[in-house]
Amino acid sequence: MKKVNYFLAALLGLSIQFAEAQVKKGSVLIKNATVLTVTNGTLENSDVLVQDGIIKKVGQNISAPNGVTTIDATGKFVMPGIIDAHSHLGLDVVNESSAPIVAEVRMKDVVNPYEVGLYRALAGGVTISHAMHGSANVIGGQNATLKHRYGSTDPADIIMQDAPRTIKFALGENPTRVHGRGNNIQPRTRMGVEAIIRNGFNEAIQYQKAWDTYNAASSKKGSTAMPPVHNERLQILSDILNDKIIIHCHSYRADEIYMLINVARDFGITKLVFQHTNEGFKVAPEIAEYTMGASVFADWWSYKFEVYYSTAYNAAILTENGALTSINSDDAELIRHLYHEAAKTQRYGGMTDEQALAMITINPAKQLGIADKVGSIEEGKDGDLVIFDGHPLSSYTVPQMTFVDGVKYFDIKEDADDQRIKVSPTQMVEPIMLYGGHESNCMQDTEHLFETTNSLFHTNY
Amino acid sequence: MKRLNKTFFAFLFALLPMMAMAQIDGEVIKPRAGKFLLKNATVVTITKGVLNNTSVLVEDGKIKEIGANISADGAEVIDCSGKFIYPGMIDGGTKLGLAEINSVPETVDYAEIGNFSPNMQALTAVNPNSVAIPVTRVSGVTTVLAVPTGGLFPGTAALINLNGYTPDQMYAGFKGIVMNFPSSGRRGRFDRRSDDDIKKANEKALKEANELWDNAKSYGSLVSNGAELDYYPEMEQMAKATTGELPLLIEVNTASDIQEAIKWVQGKGAKVIFTGVSEGWRVADEIAKAGIPVITGPVQALPTRDSDRYDAPYANAGKMAKAGVKVAIRTDDQENVRNLPFFAAFAAAYGMGKEEAWKAVTINPAEIFGLDDKYGSVEAGKVANLIIADGDPFETRTNVLHVFIDGYRMPLSNRQIRLYQEFLDRSPGLKMN
Repeated sequence: MKKVNYFLAALLGLSIQFAEAQVKKGSVLIKNATVLTVTNGTLENSDVLVQDGIIKKVGQNISAPNGVTTIDATGKFVMPGIIDAHSHLGLDVVNESSAPIVAEVRMKDVVNPYEVGLYRALAGGVTISHAMHGSANVIGGQNATLKHRYGSTDPADIIMQDAPRTIKFALGENPTRVHGRGNNIQPRTRMGVEAIIRNGFNEAIQYQKAWDTYNAASSKKGSTAMPPVHNERLQILSDILNDKIIIHCHSYRADEIYMLINVARDFGITKLVFQHTNEGFKVAPEIAEYTMGASVFADWWSYKFEVYYSTAYNAAILTENGALTSINSDDAELIRHLYHEAAKTQRYGGMTDEQALAMITINPAKQLGIADKVGSIEEGKDGDLVIFDGHPLSSYTVPQMTFVDGVKYFDIKEDADDQRIKVSPTQMVEPIMLYGGHESNCMQDTEHLFETTNSLFHTNY
Repeated sequence: MKRLNKTFFAFLFALLPMMAMAQIDGEVIKPRAGKFLLKNATVVTITKGVLNNTSVLVEDGKIKEIGANISADGAEVIDCSGKFIYPGMIDGGTKLGLAEINSVPETVDYAEIGNFSPNMQALTAVNPNSVAIPVTRVSGVTTVLAVPTGGLFPGTAALINLNGYTPDQMYAGFKGIVMNFPSSGRRGRFDRRSDDDIKKANEKALKEANELWDNAKSYGSLVSNGAELDYYPEMEQMAKATTGELPLLIEVNTASDIQEAIKWVQGKGAKVIFTGVSEGWRVADEIAKAGIPVITGPVQALPTRDSDRYDAPYANAGKMAKAGVKVAIRTDDQENVRNLPFFAAFAAAYGMGKEEAWKAVTINPAEIFGLDDKYGSVEAGKVANLIIADGDPFETRTNVLHVFIDGYRMPLSNRQIRLYQEFLDRSPGLKMN
C-alpha cells in the first residue's frame, strides 16, 4: 500500500511538472484590420482568429466563438510577430571564451526570463529572438530560440522547445583578437580561423568513425569492444557535419564568408546562415547559391575596421541576388524597432513592402528552421501577432499590442511604467545607465582579456 | 563658349538619374555653385508655414527669393512639381568627421588626454574627406555640431556644414565650450563602481569645476584689465565661457544631475545649453523654468532605468517641448548621423508631433546656436541649405532628390551608393566565362 502511495505521489508530482511545462495559450479575434500576411499578400478589412494559441482562420466576417475576446482593429495593421535572428537578450552570460571551439556549451542553460529587455522587445513587436552565444570563439556555443512569454519565471517557458538546434560560429577580428592577441594561441589570422574549423571537423569525423567501429563491433555476439570516451564537443561537431544543427556564423568580410562557404561545401554541410555579413553583398551570388542566406544590420558600419567598407544597400543587394535575407538587431535597443530597421531597406535599395516585412518575419523564421510554425499569418501557424496604429514600415508607426500564442503580452493602453518581475533586495538605489549609441553583448564576458573595458566599448559586435 | 559649357552641364545634370545607374568610367561629380531656380514645389518653410506651387531662387549661396512667379533668367531650372522643399537638417551633437573607425584609435580624434582642455578645437580635427560625410549628406542633414568629449572640459565644439574641403570652408559660425557635468549615472554595464565611489568622484569633480571656473573668471577679468599673464591657453579659452563670449554646452543626463546643473549655472553669467538630457522628462518643468535650451538624443535609446516605461527615450524630447523647453535633437553619432530624420520621426510619433519635431532639427538648433538669421528655415536671405524630396524626409520610403549646401548643388553619391552600383549585379557573377 505504501508503495502504491509513493507511486501515486510521484505520478502527481510528474503531472504537475507536466502541467507547468505547458505554456499559456490564448484565443483572440482581431477584427477589421489591414492584415499583412507576408506570405499571402495584404488583406484589407480582414479578421484573424486565434484559438488555443494557433491561427484558426484568416478572412472576413469571422465571428468570435464563445468566450473569445474580440479586438476591433479598424484602421490598424496586423502583422506576424517579428523575429530577431540575432539577439543576446535573456541570457545570464554570453561568451565562454576559454577556447577557440566551445561547441559543447548551451545558451539554454543560462536563459534568464527576468530580463526586462524581453518586455521592451515585445513593445516593439518582437515575439521571437535567437539568443546567441557571443563571437569570441571560432566555433561558439549552441544558441537558444526564445519565445517572449514575458512574465514566466521558468526559463523553460520562454524557450521555443520545438525549434531546431543552432550553433554560433565567428570569423575575423573577434576570435583572432580574443585567442590570437588575447591568449597568444591560434587563431591570430583568418588563415588560423579556417584551420581551427577544418581541424575540428576532421577530428569529429575520426570521433564518429571510432563510434561507428565500436557500434558495429558491439552489435556482434560476445563482443568485448570498449566504447570510445564520450566527447560532447566532438559529438556536437559531428552533429553539425550531419546537418542536424544550423550554423549561424558571425562574419563581416567577403573573404572570410567565402572561406566558410568553401569549408561547408567540402564537408557537405548545407545548413549555414551568415550573421552580420556586412560585406555579404560582395559575394551575394555565392551566398545565394550555397547557403541559407544572411542576417544583417540595416545600416550599421564603421564601428570597427572590418565593417568600414559596408553599405546600407547590403540587404537589397543580397535580396536581388536571390539570397535569403533577414534584418537583425544584436542589440537590446535596436530590437525595439526592427520594423523601422526593415523599412530602411526601402530607402537603401527600394525593397517592396513585402520584401521588407519578410526580412523580419518569414526570412528569419526560415533561417532558424521554424518557418512551418511562425513568420507569417497563415492558418495553422502560431498566434504570434502585432497590431500597429499605422503601416509598420512608416517611421511614425507605434506598436499597440503584441501576442504570443494568442496571449497578449503587450498592450500600449495597459502598459504599466515598471515592468520588472524581479527587483534586487540588496540594491538600495536603482542604477541609472547612460548607454552609448551602440552597445551589444556580442563580446560580453571577455572584458578581462583587454587592457581597458573602454577599448571594448565600441568593438563588441 | 561659357554658355555652351553651362548648357552642356545642365544637360549632363538632367541625365544624372540615368548616369547614377550607368556611370562613365572614372567620372567624378563635384559640388557645383550657381544660380538655381527650384520651380513649383511645396515649400515647407518651418517658420512661415507651407507654401504650395512656390519656387525658390538660389543665388550666391543664399536663398534669394521665394515666390510663385520668379524669373528663371540665367538660372538652371529644376522642376520640383509634386516635390517638397525643406531646410537642411541640423544635428545638434555628433562626432562626424572627428573619427573614421571607432575601434581604430589612430582614426579617433574626439577625445584628447586630460581633464581640462577647453582649448582643444574640434574644428581642427574635422576631416572634410571623411567617408561618413557624403553618407550623411544624402539623408538631408546639411549641418552638424562636431563635439569633442572626455574629461571635465574636453574642448570646443564647432558647427560645420557638410560641404567644403577645409574646416574653415565647412565652419558654420558657432562654437561652444563643452563641459561634462559630473555624472551620477553609470556609463554602461561594465561600469561597476559602487554608489559611494560615484558620489565621491562627483563631489571631487564638481569641486574641481568650481575652482577652474573661478580661476577662469579671474583670468578673464585680469586680462581685460590689461594684465599680462603667463601663457595659459586653457584658461584663455575657458575665460570666454565665463564672460558669455562662447556658450557653455553642458552634457548632463540624470534627473538629479540636471537639477544640480541648474543650480550650478545660476549666477555664473554663462550662456548655457544642456546636451544629452536623457532624463529631462523627469524634471522638464525645472528646465523650462530655468530657461535653458536643450539638445537631446539619441532618441532611439534604452531607458536609463530598468523601472522606466519602455518609450521614455522616444517621448523625452516631446515631454520637454510640451513643458516649454526649447528642444533640438541630436544623434550623438559618428557614422550614422544619417538617422537624424528617423530620430525626429520617433520623437514626433511618441508625443512631440511632426511640426515640433521638424523644428527640433532645423530652426530650434539654429536659434540655440544664435544662427537663426542664417539657418533653420526656408526664408529669403538665409543660407541656401535646402533639400528637395519626393515626400516626407522622415519616412524611409522617401527619396531625397537634391541637397543644396551653401548654395552648392551637392552630388548625391557616396561610397555606399557606389558599392551598390558595383555589386547589385556583379560581373563576373557566380561563374567566370
